[in-house]
Amino acid sequence: MTRIQNRILFVIAVSCLAVGASRVSASDGPARSGAAQAADVSVTLCDGETVMSVPGLKPGEVLQPERAKEVAAQMLQSWRRSQGEERWAAWQRNVPLETAARSGGAEAAQAPPAAAQAAQPTKFTARDLQLWQREEKKWIDEGYKNYHSAKALGGTIGISCDMCHPDGSNTHPETYPKFQSQTKKVALLRDMINWCIENPLKGKPLAENDPVLRSVEAYILSTRKGTPLDPGKH
Amino acid sequence: MKDRYEQYLEKREEYFQRIQRLNRRDFIRASGVAAAGAAMSGALSPHSFQPVDVKAAGQSFRFAYISDSHLYERSLNERFVRSILKAVDDVNALDPQPDFVFYGGDLAQLGQPKELEEGAQILKALKAPVRMMVGEHDWYLDMGEAWRKHFGKDTYSFDHKGVHFVVLNSVIVEDYWTGPKLTPMERMLAMAQLDNPNGRPFTVGDAQRDWLRNDLAGVAVDTPVIVFSHSPLYKMYKKWNFWTDDAEQVQALLAKFKTVTVIHGHTHQMLTNKIGNIHFHGMLSTAWPWPYAPQGLPRLTVRMNRADPFDEFDGCGDGTVDVAGTGRVDKNFNFWSRNPLKVSAAYLDSDGLLSKPPRESDINY
Ligand code: HEC
Repeated sequence: MTRIQNRILFVIAVSCLAVGASRVSASDGPARSGAAQAADVSVTLCDGETVMSVPGLKPGEVLQPERAKEVAAQMLQSWRRSQGEERWAAWQRNVPLETAARSGGAEAAQAPPAAAQAAQPTKFTARDLQLWQREEKKWIDEGYKNYHSAKALGGTIGISCDMCHPDGSNTHPETYPKFQSQTKKVALLRDMINWCIENPLKGKPLAENDPVLRSVEAYILSTRKGTPLDPGKH
Repeated sequence: MKDRYEQYLEKREEYFQRIQRLNRRDFIRASGVAAAGAAMSGALSPHSFQPVDVKAAGQSFRFAYISDSHLYERSLNERFVRSILKAVDDVNALDPQPDFVFYGGDLAQLGQPKELEEGAQILKALKAPVRMMVGEHDWYLDMGEAWRKHFGKDTYSFDHKGVHFVVLNSVIVEDYWTGPKLTPMERMLAMAQLDNPNGRPFTVGDAQRDWLRNDLAGVAVDTPVIVFSHSPLYKMYKKWNFWTDDAEQVQALLAKFKTVTVIHGHTHQMLTNKIGNIHFHGMLSTAWPWPYAPQGLPRLTVRMNRADPFDEFDGCGDGTVDVAGTGRVDKNFNFWSRNPLKVSAAYLDSDGLLSKPPRESDINY
């Protein structure tokens, strides 16, 4: 299920258009402009695969809002063509495909029992899954090491996170973002990690994109797997 | 920007001035009740100790405790040194002085001679006599050698005002170091990690249980007994060693006594339990509070509020134990950044019906 969920989440189209100027797809509408002019801009969807050229959009130009909406809709349609109707229906209901088939509601009640239903073809194999899990685990293991180290996070006084938060306890990653009255700011998990690096560990806060910080974030999140998100909870 | 320690000193100064003001006002009003009320409400008293009535039948007395300071060398870590010094100040300020001060184990963080030396020096500043117990952080670098050099035996008993006191070493674990040829420091670091997935459960062990059986053989069953152990002498959460593996066997040795109390360190939090006739109390740490274990919390435990990550002293502290003439004890938690709390013998004797400590208002989850 997570596989399909991931695939669907990848395709949050409008806000994350990836502009790939060199890739042109002939299948998505003819270019209107003359051959002498620059090619239309082509855009890759968040799935990293579906590519569409935007008719009339030249490099450096920005779409007007109305036109942008149209283009976004067209992009979703081209994704729909590439994925098939069933996945498209699930996308529109905003639920993962497997859940949609299994759970209640009139459509689900009419659907044949899950066991009897043929599985959809998918190009992701068990090996893909293993690979992803292995990569994820690497991050988490790295985070575990850093979290349990008095030095890796730049701590200077011998203290590590696990001394006060064994097994990630009381770090509550699921409650972020939330307003911290002490700093008078809305904090993300990484802000609080940095706060704890600066204070109990007496280190220097890490840059937002520091791999060490990211690994600790990954470890902390992994300790609360399955906990419902509850942003803002105190 | 003032650092936290300066802020603390400032607060303390403020507190003393407020006390003086209060005393003057009280003097004018000639009303001791108001002062007691103000103190009990905690409005101004994180550093004071309230005198507690003991329904004295025999001899009642008080001792103080300090526990789990986890000292590194001062040059590496000032924070934990500040904290134990604060506890020493607190106890030295008690008037009257307690009969003795009990130290609950984990004086050092990594059992290093310099850490223990430093701790021993700091504890020398206590005015009252000190009784020591060992914790796993003191023990596993050299299997207690340096600790014993400073403080003597890790297992012993003594009698005080009609109460029989027993001090155990409850952090014995099976050998996990010889096979994989761990260095002493590797052995220590493995033990120092609370959430070590390969950790071994604490025990009192056969040898000490034999010793205990002998020690108790000569003690009359109506003599009150108070036992100190670093780990709780019951089973709460094995993964963090909030646990003693042979707890039932130790409890069985204590069962014949009418009045038994076990006081433990290691858990760094308010913890209360009652098994049969035995009352159990946890001690606060001077260094940091621990979250409550995800399982196994005893029914009678009133949890302390979550700690404030922006206040290095919150959730930490020290405390006192008032031993009544009956041998039953009231356990006082002297929190540094919040109101003091008492868990009384009456609360435990009544199975939680009477004298309930105030419940937590800032929930753990
Ligand atoms: C000396 C003890 C101590 C150390 C060391 C420590 N923390 Fe904390 N931290 C606390 C306390 C106490 C809280 C408050 C817990 C609560 O709210 O229940 C806290 C809170 C947090 C929170 C916010 C929890 C929430 O409910 O929002 C996060 C995240 C956190 N710590 C991460 C870390 C990380 C990462 C490290 C290591 C870099 C670390 N801490 C080291 C004591 C510590």
